[in-house]
Amino acid sequence: MSGGVDSSVAAALLAREAAVGGDEVVGVWMRTHPDRGEGWEPRRGCCSTEAADDARRVAQRIGIPFFILNVEPEFGAQVIDAFAEAYLGGTTPNPCQACNQKIKFDLLARRAVGAYGADGVATGHYARIAHRDGRWRLLRAVDEAKDQTYFLWNLDQPQLAATRFPLGEMTKPQVRQLATEMELPTAATPESQEICFVPAGDYRALLAERMAYVGESGPIVDGEGRRLGTHTGFAHYTVGQRRGLGLTASEPHYVREIRPETNEVVVGSRDDLAARGFVADARHFVAGAPPAERFEAQVRIRHRAPEVNCEVTLVGSERMVVETAEPVWAAAPGQSAVLYLGDECLGGGRIARA
Amino acid sequence: MAIYLDHAATTPLRPEVLEAMLPYLTEHFGNPSSLHAAGRRARQGLDEARETVAGVLGAKPREIVFTSGASENTSLAINGIAWAASGRGRHMVTTVIEHRAVLNTCAVLERHGFEVTYLPVDRYGQVDPDAVANAIGPHTTLVAIGYANNEVGTVQPIAQIGAICRERKVVLYTDATQAAASLALDVDSLQVDLFGIAAHKVEGPKGVGALFVRQGTNLIPQQQGGSQERQRRAGTENVAGAVGLGEALRLARADAERLAAENERQRGLRQRLTHRLEGIADGELTGHPEARLPNSVSWAFRGVEGGDLVAALDLEGVAASTGSACTSGSAEPSHVLAAMGVPPDLIRGSLRLSMGRTTTAAEIDRAADLVAASVERVRAAAQPAAADAAPAPAGA
Repeated sequence: MSGGVDSSVAAALLAREAAVGGDEVVGVWMRTHPDRGEGWEPRRGCCSTEAADDARRVAQRIGIPFFILNVEPEFGAQVIDAFAEAYLGGTTPNPCQACNQKIKFDLLARRAVGAYGADGVATGHYARIAHRDGRWRLLRAVDEAKDQTYFLWNLDQPQLAATRFPLGEMTKPQVRQLATEMELPTAATPESQEICFVPAGDYRALLAERMAYVGESGPIVDGEGRRLGTHTGFAHYTVGQRRGLGLTASEPHYVREIRPETNEVVVGSRDDLAARGFVADARHFVAGAPPAERFEAQVRIRHRAPEVNCEVTLVGSERMVVETAEPVWAAAPGQSAVLYLGDECLGGGRIARA
Repeated sequence: MAIYLDHAATTPLRPEVLEAMLPYLTEHFGNPSSLHAAGRRARQGLDEARETVAGVLGAKPREIVFTSGASENTSLAINGIAWAASGRGRHMVTTVIEHRAVLNTCAVLERHGFEVTYLPVDRYGQVDPDAVANAIGPHTTLVAIGYANNEVGTVQPIAQIGAICRERKVVLYTDATQAAASLALDVDSLQVDLFGIAAHKVEGPKGVGALFVRQGTNLIPQQQGGSQERQRRAGTENVAGAVGLGEALRLARADAERLAAENERQRGLRQRLTHRLEGIADGELTGHPEARLPNSVSWAFRGVEGGDLVAALDLEGVAASTGSACTSGSAEPSHVLAAMGVPPDLIRGSLRLSMGRTTTAAEIDRAADLVAASVERVRAAAQPAAADAAPAPAGA
């Protein structure tokens, strides 16, 4: 329970089931990073004391026990530090996916077994789980606009067996409607769009504070190595970025590549960032094995990016080559490439540097 | 079947106390400052409560100030003395394990140009009276040292410290909130100048406490306005609360023999629980083994999160704590345990079980069983799962 409306409704639905003989429910709010405290509080920020209070009030309303679980040290190391290190390595991190993989469905799940005797974890994610042909499957949510399987592709069989997504069959408007009907205190809570530990989307401040990285300026170059401008530190940029380059040009430039070794940021035109494929590593298949050594699927390289048909060829034990039928734009190393087949999320990998 | 083992956080309201309070919430509703009969009747309740509290502390009624509780006592005592004496000096002495109310109040004064010495404690949480003596200087105006620690139950040598402060002519404030149910409270024997108690730790209501202010002690009031409490604490008095405090204290303390017997009984339960906890691997008692409150067992386990243990116990109907209720929402490790040199991995696994007048041996036994089972389960679950086949759903 984050204090947001989605997890509130998910909890409420399960509490309703519990009242008629379903599984017992315990509500948990995770403390992932310190409250900023005196003088500075992210407005409606995830992980503020207000969020915890909101979650607590929902738990009271629906009649379930409520606990705060402190996962600060692990979240700090495995999500926040990993986030910062990715930027310092010239890649773009996916912290929400890392949090799901390492914290929510791993650490939290284990702590819940120990502390509450839990048999599983439920969240307000928009996704579905089904059992087909002897395997647990991760399916897209009914509400495609809200589908969050892009962040859940690392779940494995034991995790899916012990997970429930009560909102998978619902649309967002239905969820809000239900929250209102059930008179949940969080029915009108606005959506949180930012990364929970990056206030106001300014991750540069986090890099400075956490990694003492202030950035060493260097050249912004084009595909031929011609210097076009100066960057403030390669970790301040991400592939596909257009703003903040400080370049004057007839047509817009986009970050195409980050080169930490030479402290260069390479830019190109919009077309330059299109590619017919990429390589991904750290591959994972939800079913435990890929459909075949080579198979067809759809791929998404950003949350909310359109899916594109592709052919996947496995290479070695970790990597796969993804060749797309149409060009994909700004495939950013470090980002997740998530594979789908029909309604099923097959898994994915991490886009590797070319 | 609820087992309440968090008396250090708060205690249930004793039925007789509620009985004593009810008239002052109903027919005797007057404002004690009013000149009419209704006011006088309320004032009578207040006066009688004041006499009772004074009697228990060995003080004069005029030396008792009713407040809203322990945190206000601390604020009034420390701020009140610090500012009143600031012409003579701006140095205060306290310890590193004081309640946050003391530490935070001192921290604010430091920002206003006061100097504070935070004395260290030994591994049991006790401060050395000699260290107090050495810390007192020509500009020291206040020593603030609590009687018994709320997290680990360790009792400080207040009488010795009181003697030193008396000799050096420095005001001594002692927060006796945790001690009021069991320890000696005579303010002359302890030689304290300010002494604070809170009703809700002695089976009285929340929201009311009392601060003993020795006659002749100069104190600047913190809440200004009316002239209540001999102009030491403005505001219409919480008559029912004060009556409740008086009655609670009287019931707890009036019969010295009964108090001694109850303390002995609780020590026995404490021993029983301690013995059971010793049987759980990788854990230890925190705080002083003997110089501790009769009702308090504070323990630390390796390889567990104290919060997870408290949750596990809660779901089995046992109420316990990781340490201080005042800080349980925060993720900050216990400053008390840290000051005692307890290593971080043990601090994370702290558990506090505190008994009361109604706690039985059967409850202790059941709680001990559940602590053992919960520690085992939490430790087992903390291991990353081995990757095996996932169970199919029933009926699939």
